[in-house]
Amino acid sequence: MKNLFKLFSIIILIITSNSNSFAAEKVEYLKTDWSFKGLFGKFDRASLQRGYQVYTEVCASCHSMKYLSYRNLAEPGGPEFSEAQAKAIAASFEVTDGPNSDGEMFTRPGKLSDKFIMPYDNVKAAQAANGGAYPPDMSVLVKARGGGVDYIYSLLQGYEEAPSNVSLDDGVYYNKYMYGNKIRMAAPLSDGLVEYGDGTNATVEQMSKDVTTFLMWSAEPHLESRHQMGFKAIVYLIILTVLVYFSMKRIWSRVESEV
Amino acid sequence: MSDHDYRPKSKVGQWFNDRLPLLTLANHLTDYPTPKNLNYWWTFGGILTFCLITQIVTGLTLAMHYIAHADMAFESVEHIMRDVNYGWLIRYIHANGASMFFLAVYIHIFRSLFYGSYKAPREIIWIIGIIIYLLMMAAAFMGYVLPWGQMSFWGATVITNLFSAIPLVGEGIVTWLWGGYSVDNPTLTRFFTLHYLIPFLILGLVILHIWALHVPGNNNPVGIDIKKPSKDTVPFHPYIVIKDGFALLMFMIVFAFFVFYAPNILGHADNYIEANPMVTPAHIVPEWYLLPFYAILRSVPDKLLGVVAMLSAILILAVLPWLDTSKIRSAVFRPLYKQFYWILVADVLILGYVGAMPAEGLYLLIARVATAYYFLHFLVILPVLGFKEKTLPVPLSITEPVLGGSPNLAAARNKESKIE
Repeated sequence: MKNLFKLFSIIILIITSNSNSFAAEKVEYLKTDWSFKGLFGKFDRASLQRGYQVYTEVCASCHSMKYLSYRNLAEPGGPEFSEAQAKAIAASFEVTDGPNSDGEMFTRPGKLSDKFIMPYDNVKAAQAANGGAYPPDMSVLVKARGGGVDYIYSLLQGYEEAPSNVSLDDGVYYNKYMYGNKIRMAAPLSDGLVEYGDGTNATVEQMSKDVTTFLMWSAEPHLESRHQMGFKAIVYLIILTVLVYFSMKRIWSRVESEV
Repeated sequence: MSDHDYRPKSKVGQWFNDRLPLLTLANHLTDYPTPKNLNYWWTFGGILTFCLITQIVTGLTLAMHYIAHADMAFESVEHIMRDVNYGWLIRYIHANGASMFFLAVYIHIFRSLFYGSYKAPREIIWIIGIIIYLLMMAAAFMGYVLPWGQMSFWGATVITNLFSAIPLVGEGIVTWLWGGYSVDNPTLTRFFTLHYLIPFLILGLVILHIWALHVPGNNNPVGIDIKKPSKDTVPFHPYIVIKDGFALLMFMIVFAFFVFYAPNILGHADNYIEANPMVTPAHIVPEWYLLPFYAILRSVPDKLLGVVAMLSAILILAVLPWLDTSKIRSAVFRPLYKQFYWILVADVLILGYVGAMPAEGLYLLIARVATAYYFLHFLVILPVLGFKEKTLPVPLSITEPVLGGSPNLAAARNKESKIE
């Protein structure tokens, strides 16, 4: 039995250390206390709402979020804006719809069922506007980067003067957490860039944390119910395992053999 | 098998059973005499059956929502994750289920290697098992392509390109596999079709695997032939059923941990980036369970020979019953084989590790040494060991050591319980 556990843990250790080894390119990411980590991890509602504000006022001018709908903003486990707030948010965007009965496309205010509107019509347009670099869609961005939330959080704060031995082309910036250190995105955040409705001081660090929390939710909108269900499932399994263990002992006591 | 004379008690049962002897089959399965000294390494057969069923059930559900089209596959997976009721749960069970399946199958295979379960009269069980393992790899690889992320696309490109190493017809075969001149929509749709088909082939083979097992009966940690039924056996139900159930529950706890708390740790982040034929990822790596073979492939400088080495590494297992010349099954009584066994385990783990690393410098050197050792183990060490090794005396029955055998037997039994 003991060996079984040992083997399990060794194998799991190897697997996880393997997958981590490509993830971290030997840079120490900045750490912060994420409320959504751990067995009972939940999102910080206020942080998600602020994060949405940062996304929509800063990131959304270049980065799409095509898998999200405005209705998601009011769903449980997310920023949980009230339905009225979410409707107002949706209505603040112009959505192209159609064709109507005359065969014409038209614009109308957004509805809850609409997907987040895209900053550019297509990839080529996005590249043309950004010096050839395509600002990636942000829906699942934190899951698409090796370091996850820590990487995004660090990257947003990782802009610095390039060391003298690094020469940068026009429109390329130095970021100590970026793979290869060269990034096409100018430092997106600066202190006081947005004005938080709840009076939180909008430092770069605060905005980075809020927007990264928002991105974690956008990538894993069901994270909270996953954690809740996981805890119940595992407790259930453990209790059942114990019961089955004693039944097994009882049944096997009929034969003079160990289990 | 003494259950041929089984007769159902009820009249209706007899009437039915005379026409279709399902009740005889059920009776055979419940009464099936099983060695009573099986340890927990023997529970992985049941666990694997559970894994297969889980993959089939979750897979069917996913297939109801998934769209096998190059332009829509990635989006449909996100649709499953976001909008399908409990879609995230079903998909995470399916994705992590593949890893759990391989974890269990590796333990199952290495159990067989330790206790010599592949030896006569169980060669056919073993060979069917190897075919199942090959099909599992094919199914897992094609399943990994379906989300149409970057690693899906480039993994498919790398693996299908292996066929181009075949002389003369290689390029033609690759084009035929792709259904075009690159990995594209036709590749995706055929992979989806095959990914849907293979689990049912595996299911059929699993039935044959169990059927072939029920002819000679289970091997056991002592590795001796036992009389069935006898004092050495217990009926499958309830003894083995509850023990397998207990082990399965423990396995499910580990499984649940991955599904609920680390659902993406076994995957690669790049697969959350939609496939882009214009951008090659920095490192193209297969899933962890294929890494040892990937390491073997890359350790050979020539492409064709690399592919041959990789395939031989798997197919060599099929002839293992004839490469291992020892008459003794269980490593418990083979002191030298036992040491080589653990070296092989370490060798495969090392291959897995270097398979995940870039193929250069020290990693490449280690991969080459480990590859050479892998083949050395099967082609030289095992055949020679059968003739040279001085084995320990083997008990005559499972109960004998308990009923007071020689001191040697007590020592052997001690060792056996240590493995448990």
